[in-house]
Amino acid sequence: MKRVYVNEEWCLGCHLCEYNCAYANSGLKDMVVALKDKKIFPRIRVEGEDRITFAVSCRHCTDPICVKSCIAGAISKRDGVVRIDRNKCVGCLTCVLVCPYGALAPGEDGIMQKCELCLDNACGAPACVTGCPNRAIVYEERSETQ
Amino acid sequence: MGVEFIYPEFEVVRNYDRCIACRVCERQCANEVHFYSEERGVMISDEAKCVDCQRCVSLCPTRALKIVKSDSTLRENANWQNDTIKEIYKQANSGGVLLSSMGNPKPLPVYWDKILINASQVTNPPIDPLREPMETQVFLGKKPSRIERGKDGKIKCELPPQIALSLPVMFSAMSYGSISYNAHASLARAATELGILYNTGEGGLHEDFYKYGKNTVVQVASGRFGVHEDYLNAGAAIEIKMGQGAKPGIGGHLPGAKIVGDVSRTRMIPERSDAISPAPHHDIYSIEDLRQLVFSLKEATQYKKPVIVKVAAVHNIAAIASGIARSGADVIAIDGFRGGTGAAPTRIRDNVGIPVELALAAVDKRLRDEGIRGNVSLVVGGSIRSAADVIKAVALGADACYVATAALLALGCHLCRTCQSGKCNWGIATQRPDLVKRLNPDIGSARLVNLMTAWRHEIMEIMGGMGINSIEALRGNRLMLRGVGLNEKELEILGISHAGE
Repeated sequence: MKRVYVNEEWCLGCHLCEYNCAYANSGLKDMVVALKDKKIFPRIRVEGEDRITFAVSCRHCTDPICVKSCIAGAISKRDGVVRIDRNKCVGCLTCVLVCPYGALAPGEDGIMQKCELCLDNACGAPACVTGCPNRAIVYEERSETQ
Repeated sequence: MGVEFIYPEFEVVRNYDRCIACRVCERQCANEVHFYSEERGVMISDEAKCVDCQRCVSLCPTRALKIVKSDSTLRENANWQNDTIKEIYKQANSGGVLLSSMGNPKPLPVYWDKILINASQVTNPPIDPLREPMETQVFLGKKPSRIERGKDGKIKCELPPQIALSLPVMFSAMSYGSISYNAHASLARAATELGILYNTGEGGLHEDFYKYGKNTVVQVASGRFGVHEDYLNAGAAIEIKMGQGAKPGIGGHLPGAKIVGDVSRTRMIPERSDAISPAPHHDIYSIEDLRQLVFSLKEATQYKKPVIVKVAAVHNIAAIASGIARSGADVIAIDGFRGGTGAAPTRIRDNVGIPVELALAAVDKRLRDEGIRGNVSLVVGGSIRSAADVIKAVALGADACYVATAALLALGCHLCRTCQSGKCNWGIATQRPDLVKRLNPDIGSARLVNLMTAWRHEIMEIMGGMGINSIEALRGNRLMLRGVGLNEKELEILGISHAGE
């Protein structure tokens, strides 16, 4: 399946992906309305500093440990995409504890949120990828071993 | 401050209604114009540092930024214009030679814009390049002036070495050092995909790029940086750089700050040492000396590579070209006074040399008159901006064009003309690793291929309009050109008639 991959060689650390993510998931039509004067809660985070930076979001693991660990059964995997049912989440943070990538974090409302590849929002394709100015984030099919 | 103060040239206009303080502008500006005020919770800018490279404007996700020319003005004066006065101030402040980058921005005549192209009507039908074959391939090199036969009566087919180009365009010389690794990678990959050549410039060839050798011109300049046997044999052709259009008669100086890591290794000079190219080649003071270098290079490459001699367009260019055509060189490259550079003294860039259109017409005519046009191919450069410029150059007598500024624009250059600072925000004219990575060669090479593919389409359309189906049939075909707004002397030098004639 297609996944979001990061080529850290080309990541500029501009953090645009974070803002595009927050905007894409805001459900609003205007980025200014969505993000101005607000703390953002993106589902992708740029890590590293100075010379090496890279964006991290959910890897949609083949055998996701977050799904197994969720005490409320809120996280599931459908069509290869790890999704979270925010109505079921009880905010126990177990997923945060187990995720090796730090890909889950509470949203503005305290309920857990994660990258769902923009499949359910208005973008239809990952906004972090579309908005990356240097093709450092790509959305493509790769073999499992790569 | 005080008498030294010069009001900033640009203003950064931020639409605070749109700015979401994402700080992308701050992170992307190597000149450190933008910063975030924790106290006020807003972005602020120090426009004094702005060079108008448009990086922040291009990356701002809410289009909250624009850069405008400052309207803070000195009292108007047609003789002492604002820029002139500010240059005086700068020199009074520093005592130094003014430095500039890229091509001459002065409103000097652009003859390409005063030349119009013909098209067929009624008597000679135009050709539709989408339906009929159209040849844009050219070969550069010495052409035999007559057919020769062997003792058996068969035609001798051996030609001197030739360069094949899928369209009459090459990327001109920009050294590794003056531009980045990723810029070179983009040019090399694009040239290979397009079937044309790029040029190493005088900084040697990075070991990673030897694999693109078939599409590389390796340059030998007065500094001889990075020149060794493998280097000479790596390319498809060798270019001796005698001069550059942006700074005829001037050498080069790549500051030690840029001679780091691979640049130092590729140039074969110590890290942090200034790379100074002398104004002359110290072994060339005559055409005979040039001939010696041409044949030394041919000897080193078993006479398999054509040798290009690149000169700046200067007053005596026709006679110089005549000499070069007799020196054994295979190609003459002429660089006009609007050509770009990574750094040149402003006064030289803006005042020395002549327009390449006139130089080309004069050289082509001189070589024809002397019966030695076939000795060499002619390549012209120095601000070839479009497919139309290429067509006009070919019709004036060029075999191909050198293109560099247009190629850099495709890579992201916004012509802010501050290459000399080494802080190129687009990852082109810099060696700072965090800036170099901003140019992803996957994107860069694809954009170069796009640009040249578009030009090739346009070249075919224009040729088709003229009823010409091969670029060879256009070369030197000055009947296809007419001048507008040119005086008798200009028309005479260009060898074209005025529109209406």
